[in-house]
Amino acid sequence: MSAKERKKKSAETAVKQRTKKSAETAVKEEKKIAARLIPIYIMGKRYEVPEGLTIMKAMEYAGYILIRGCGCRGGTCGACGTVYRKPGDYKLQVALACQKTVEPDMYIAQIPFFPANRATYDFAGLTAAPEEVFKLYPEMFRCVACNSCTKACPQGIEVMDAISALKQGNIAEAARLSFDCIQCGLCTSRCFGELAQYHMFQLARRIYGARIVPRAEHLAEMVKAVNEGRYDRFLDELKRAKEDELKKLYQEREAEPMTAGEDWKPKDTTYL
Amino acid sequence: MSLAYYPGCTLKTKARNLEEPAVASMEALGFNLDELPRWNCCGAVYSLADDDLIHQVAPVRNLIRAKEQGKNELVTLCAFCFNTLKRANLLMKDNAEKRDTLNSFMNEEIDYSGEVKVVHLLEVLRDDIGWGALAEKVKLPLRELKAAPYYGCTLLRPREVAIDNVEDPTILREFLKALGASPVDFPESTRCCGSYQVISSPDDIAEYARPILNSALRHGAEALVLTCPLCDYNLGRAQKELMKKQSGFKEMPLFYFTQLLALALGLGPQVCHFELNHGSPESLLKEKDLLSQSRSVQPIGG
Repeated sequence: MSAKERKKKSAETAVKQRTKKSAETAVKEEKKIAARLIPIYIMGKRYEVPEGLTIMKAMEYAGYILIRGCGCRGGTCGACGTVYRKPGDYKLQVALACQKTVEPDMYIAQIPFFPANRATYDFAGLTAAPEEVFKLYPEMFRCVACNSCTKACPQGIEVMDAISALKQGNIAEAARLSFDCIQCGLCTSRCFGELAQYHMFQLARRIYGARIVPRAEHLAEMVKAVNEGRYDRFLDELKRAKEDELKKLYQEREAEPMTAGEDWKPKDTTYL
Repeated sequence: MSLAYYPGCTLKTKARNLEEPAVASMEALGFNLDELPRWNCCGAVYSLADDDLIHQVAPVRNLIRAKEQGKNELVTLCAFCFNTLKRANLLMKDNAEKRDTLNSFMNEEIDYSGEVKVVHLLEVLRDDIGWGALAEKVKLPLRELKAAPYYGCTLLRPREVAIDNVEDPTILREFLKALGASPVDFPESTRCCGSYQVISSPDDIAEYARPILNSALRHGAEALVLTCPLCDYNLGRAQKELMKKQSGFKEMPLFYFTQLLALALGLGPQVCHFELNHGSPESLLKEKDLLSQSRSVQPIGG
């Protein structure tokens, strides 16, 4: 047996032991909370897992130790893109493993990472002209509008419409449509034209934020005022204040009501 | 009156000088070109391979978008988009087997079987408004502008999608006459500009364009009138090449038909975006006194 094979074997045993241990724990758990076990298939292998678990928890229950393909566990980081099918249904389903709860007879595979071309650019040199985006990602014109990307999006984004917007030079619309993108890459894994939609959308949102959305003038004024030291005096007062004084100031402060309108101002305007 | 309208990608970037004067002109004529709220690329070119259905998905999806909006007619402006959409529509109407395959592939959409009629804006002008009624709306007749209609391919070929007589089209001539211009007929008006050959053999484009441009010049044209952004791109670039290659070659302004429409309706040069044109059209318009007059004209219905 070669070293490589030995290593593989010992890894397999480790997984088996973990699985066995989890199964034993599961029996105990079942007695305690009477969770119903349902069958799922992870990469083709059958496991019985308690219903109600997320796909990610179910994989861990089955003995997997996740060091990739798991991140925030809150549906935001995009690390746990997952595809699955149910018996008798030709349709491929998608989910985030940390969000979707297991269903009986799911056939599951995680796609935590998918190789995708990302253009290199000097952002300072971009002016928001559509042609700049075309040059960085000319493959966008390979889109045939098959809509597989949209069907693969766990965030429900109209991915194909956003690509269409980019092709039409409408960077703002692409940024708006792709706002909820968490860059999981499932769209890219399914693309007939081999586009990396999520990288294109990130570029669109960057350009939108930096070049298209109107600048907030009041923010610039406020930053200027801060830099000129208009508020230094108040800060110094706070720094010098004793603990009791600070507590009193905090407790007696006038809070903005939840329902306050745009023009709300505190009664004491000394600090504005 | 509102018309469901499909612009096409190029009209939003390089060919804004085709779209913007069209939208303004139709408004002046009492029509609202109502852009589909959702649309994608038309497919860019109609796929000729018999079993290549994936490239029919893009045009058919646009037709579905029009049907979803409850529209039975879809107006196009770009001659290439017109051709791609109309041919895909015929496929969905006439070929039950391919229709079923496409509908089944696009299972997230409503079924489609060619219910929407694809028309070109020139057909709206001819059939819904009429040349006589259009002529009455003209505020600034394009007198003495010797403009040669150039059809290219996609409005006329293949025969089943043609908006006019395939061999002897007159629709652009009639259009120009209604605007008060002097149309110049020339035998190469339906000859191909080279189309997408520009991608595989960019160096040949000048040779495709040479007989077209020379013939138009020989017949006394001062400008060419186009309907297609690809013709504009090819002929525009070819002219620059020919000026280098052929001594005495004179560069001609290339107009989109919608720009001349807007000018004649008195909407002024602002909506025409002449800065995007090939062959510096503004000097010719100035020479014909079509820029200065237009400023004093009252917009229709204004």
